[in-house]
Amino acid sequence: MLILDHLYHIYDEGTAMASTALDDINLVIPKGQFIGLIGHTGSGKSTLVQHLNGLLKPTSGNVYFNGADIHDDGYNKKNLRSKVGLVFQYPEHQLFEIDVFSDVCFGPKNLGLDKKETELRAYSALKQVGITDEYFYQSPFELSGGQKRRVAIAGVLAMRPEILILDEPTAGLDPRGRDEILGQIALLKAETGITVILVSHSMEEVAKYVERIIVMNKNKVAYDDSPAKVFTNFKKLEEIGLAAPPMTYIMHALKEKGLNVDTAALNVNAARDSILTALLG
Amino acid sequence: MNIIKTKKLTFEYIRRDDEGNIEGITRAVDEVDIDVKAGEFIAILGHNGSGKSTLAKHLNAILYPTEGSVFIDGKDTSDEEHIWEIRQIAGMVFQNPDNQIIGQVVEEDVGFGPENMGVPTAEIWERVEESLRAVGMYEHRKKSPDRLSGGQKQRVSIAGVLAMHPKCIVLDEPTAMLDPSGRKEVIRAVRALNDVEKITIILITHYMEEIIHADRVFVMDEGKIAMTGTPREIFSRVDELKNLRLDVPQVTLLAYELKKSGLKGLPPAVLTTGELLEALRI
Repeated sequence: MLILDHLYHIYDEGTAMASTALDDINLVIPKGQFIGLIGHTGSGKSTLVQHLNGLLKPTSGNVYFNGADIHDDGYNKKNLRSKVGLVFQYPEHQLFEIDVFSDVCFGPKNLGLDKKETELRAYSALKQVGITDEYFYQSPFELSGGQKRRVAIAGVLAMRPEILILDEPTAGLDPRGRDEILGQIALLKAETGITVILVSHSMEEVAKYVERIIVMNKNKVAYDDSPAKVFTNFKKLEEIGLAAPPMTYIMHALKEKGLNVDTAALNVNAARDSILTALLG
Repeated sequence: MNIIKTKKLTFEYIRRDDEGNIEGITRAVDEVDIDVKAGEFIAILGHNGSGKSTLAKHLNAILYPTEGSVFIDGKDTSDEEHIWEIRQIAGMVFQNPDNQIIGQVVEEDVGFGPENMGVPTAEIWERVEESLRAVGMYEHRKKSPDRLSGGQKQRVSIAGVLAMHPKCIVLDEPTAMLDPSGRKEVIRAVRALNDVEKITIILITHYMEEIIHADRVFVMDEGKIAMTGTPREIFSRVDELKNLRLDVPQVTLLAYELKKSGLKGLPPAVLTTGELLEALRI
């Protein structure tokens, strides 16, 4: 479990350039949740993410991971970073080894694990992201965009994190590639109970997969609730540079025309069923 | 005359292993014939690796065909003496705005292109102003690009191309890195350039909602044009698109699902919520 307690972050504090990036953030991230983190560019979400595994030090406030303050003297940050795995944007730019398998071994090897354990972990991580054996000894640079990205995610998974943070894992992928990555993550979550934090600009994507949405605006948490509840505020979301998923707009338009549909339907199937019921009874 | 014409455009590259031995040849673009009329709005769809970016890079002479030819405004891109002219006629905007902005101040950045072309100073400023106005960024002209949002930066990138007075702008996934409002801003700006300034647009994207206003859509697969038609024609072929790893807008998919469930009276493809309301007669 991860707790953020009155977290403040001010860049260039004490200079004329000082700017607040996080303003009193209080969040509890329990084990096993699938969370969406949204917010327009500059809302503070990247700064927030970097606090979750101690890459930044708060100006004030505390971050607790499994009961311990991560900024206490002598706290093992290396261990923290293996437990809270962060997959950056375009993680495939960070692949560097001669083959896929070696690349995924890099993390666990660095943790000081022996060869056998390292390889076991790399193997299972690659399986978890749906990369099959035939790719193991290929250069990572010969894979497709979506495959490369999955290998990069496997590199983090091989450290066996309790929390997996993905910063826009689908940026630049084709629609099927997006579904494949997120489907794989959802499956992983279901099988291992790992906590997943998905940073995304796609409301459609967030609506489809997560159980809780945290909306950042002006360096504060603006909303923290279930997708259905958060997206009822779609007019407010637009004011802060975001939007609701397309389905929310469609269902509201139908409702306004007098069709008694469920405006909380977020995906195509739910919307279809609700329309059919409203039309045909 | 067509602004863009390709004749059996083929692009191959040689793959090598670590020792430099040839492993094989990849044909990224395979005998593509396209014709684009001046003023058209063309969208190109296709999965990752389908060849769309490689095709796009041929349109302003970043790449040259291995076989076949490309004519931009009647000029052959393989003909070295036309390169600079072609790059001025067909401007290009890429995915990441941070890689395209070099100036310390917005207006300087936009002026860089015309300055490089040797445009007289007074005219450069005129061009900077009109370009920034066209993308709705004039009020930010004195700002540092660092202070802008992703959508604003991308509009500055577009203004930078616009200041070179192109006839055609090729945008390769210009919204991939932007938040929803940034995406809307950029698409709105691109549509305005097409509608008002009559600039030919080639828009490559993975977001299906962005292309419903295009005049024509090309869908690429394995280096070839696999489908072509109006957005309505293309989006009525839901299953084919899914097989090509693509998708349709959510409202189109909803109408398609309703139809599959036996609801009568729906047209082959619904592109907007308004059309859905009309089709459902509510």
